[in-house]
Amino acid sequence: MTGTIMGAADISRALTRIAHEIVERNDGALDVVLLGIPSRGLPLAHRLAQRIAEIEPGFDADVATGALDITMYRDDLFKNPTRAIGTTTVPDAGIDDAVVVLVDDVFHTGRTIRAALDAIRDLGRPRAVQLATLVDRGHRELPIRADFVGKNIPTARSERVDVHVEELDGEDAVILRKGE
Amino acid sequence: MRHLLSTKDLSRDDAILILDTAAQMAATQEREVRKLPTLRGKTVVNLFFEDSTRTRISFEAAAKRLSADVINFSAKGSSVSKGESLKDTALTLQAMGADAVVVRHWASGAAYQLAHGGWLHGSVLNAGDGTHQHPTQSLLDAFTMRRHLVSDPTGADLAGLTVAIVGDVLHSRVARSNVHLLHTLGAKVVLVAPATLVPVGIEPWPCDVVHTLDEAIEAYDIDALMMLRVQRERMTGGGSAFFPSPAEYTRLFGLDGDRMRRLPDHAIVMHPGPMNRGLEISAEAADSDRSVIVEQVANGVAVRMAALYLLLAGEEGAQ
Repeated sequence: MTGTIMGAADISRALTRIAHEIVERNDGALDVVLLGIPSRGLPLAHRLAQRIAEIEPGFDADVATGALDITMYRDDLFKNPTRAIGTTTVPDAGIDDAVVVLVDDVFHTGRTIRAALDAIRDLGRPRAVQLATLVDRGHRELPIRADFVGKNIPTARSERVDVHVEELDGEDAVILRKGE
Repeated sequence: MRHLLSTKDLSRDDAILILDTAAQMAATQEREVRKLPTLRGKTVVNLFFEDSTRTRISFEAAAKRLSADVINFSAKGSSVSKGESLKDTALTLQAMGADAVVVRHWASGAAYQLAHGGWLHGSVLNAGDGTHQHPTQSLLDAFTMRRHLVSDPTGADLAGLTVAIVGDVLHSRVARSNVHLLHTLGAKVVLVAPATLVPVGIEPWPCDVVHTLDEAIEAYDIDALMMLRVQRERMTGGGSAFFPSPAEYTRLFGLDGDRMRRLPDHAIVMHPGPMNRGLEISAEAADSDRSVIVEQVANGVAVRMAALYLLLAGEEGAQ
């Protein structure tokens, strides 16, 4: 099945559920820091933070959200054209002893998350690292799993999953396309 | 980008990409762990035919922060002093597996020759060739100006800024590199130098030329004032001197507290180092809070990290 798999309402519901799961898993959101992986993980991290703030009044969404650019930690830097480096921002208090929730749009081979784990190691020592992803499309190449998943989408390796977000693309949608 | 040889053939987009990348690199240098794994397994050779401790350690720091292996090759006491040609040195480095060669040479054009001689597969970064070019110095200067003088620096050029470069333009690769880069980035450049230290054939350069510092301060709204080092061997010495005495040079071209106060309030003072305090710049100017000279050194590491990243990451760099 190709075409639009999730619309704006589906994405919104999935993010609300993930926000609740994050709070439930961590007995609140006291030490939670959300780090979005650019580009589309970042707006998703901000939206999750907003929802957590609605559930947990003590949670400051702006302070507890950051960006984690993983370009310089990739294992395929020399196999692709040169990539521009994005911005990394972490809360002023740092991430030591925090529960870092990585936020990405599509969870696929696991290599992005491996790079993110290396990047986190250079920023501090969180108490735990968890992974939230809007879509899990399978085809893992590393022993890495997600803690919070918006939707599992069975795909063929050749297919493409594109996530569009309002902030960058003007619409919210998850689109599955046939491969070449 | 395959090589970084000259700012003259750097496009505006390339220059801004380097500056934006440098900004991200600079941000990583404020962390507790400043080392990045990005260029693991790559080898960078510092090939220095001329002594320049500052530039060499800046490149060395940049390469090491990106986890590249660094080999320092200085001409003194090496095969070069035994008469080895540039070609044979290059072939030796190639055989050792150099992915990038950072070259400082007393001859203008040496970096170009190294890049286009067909002797090396790796990238060549010009770290100063004769009186020709020193691109990473001018990129770090532009980066420093953008940080201080442009309100929203990311992605921006230097349009609308006026930069005065004061001193020995004739022998200065820093001045040449800056004139072209600053012009590409949209800034206005004013060269301030005694007539004896202005190169013949300067007319086509995209800049103005004036002959005393006071005149430049009167006639232009200077945003950044860059003092060049006076090289001692050019100062005095009978018929070969370029100006009558160091004292006269200081009087006409030196930056002291008085001249500094006549600059616009936001203007910054720059110097590529090493400084001759009391000659081209007074201690008061060098140590004032308008001086960004020490910050230039830190920015140099970030800019060189950006240059190494852009040249060595990516599939072209892997060949």
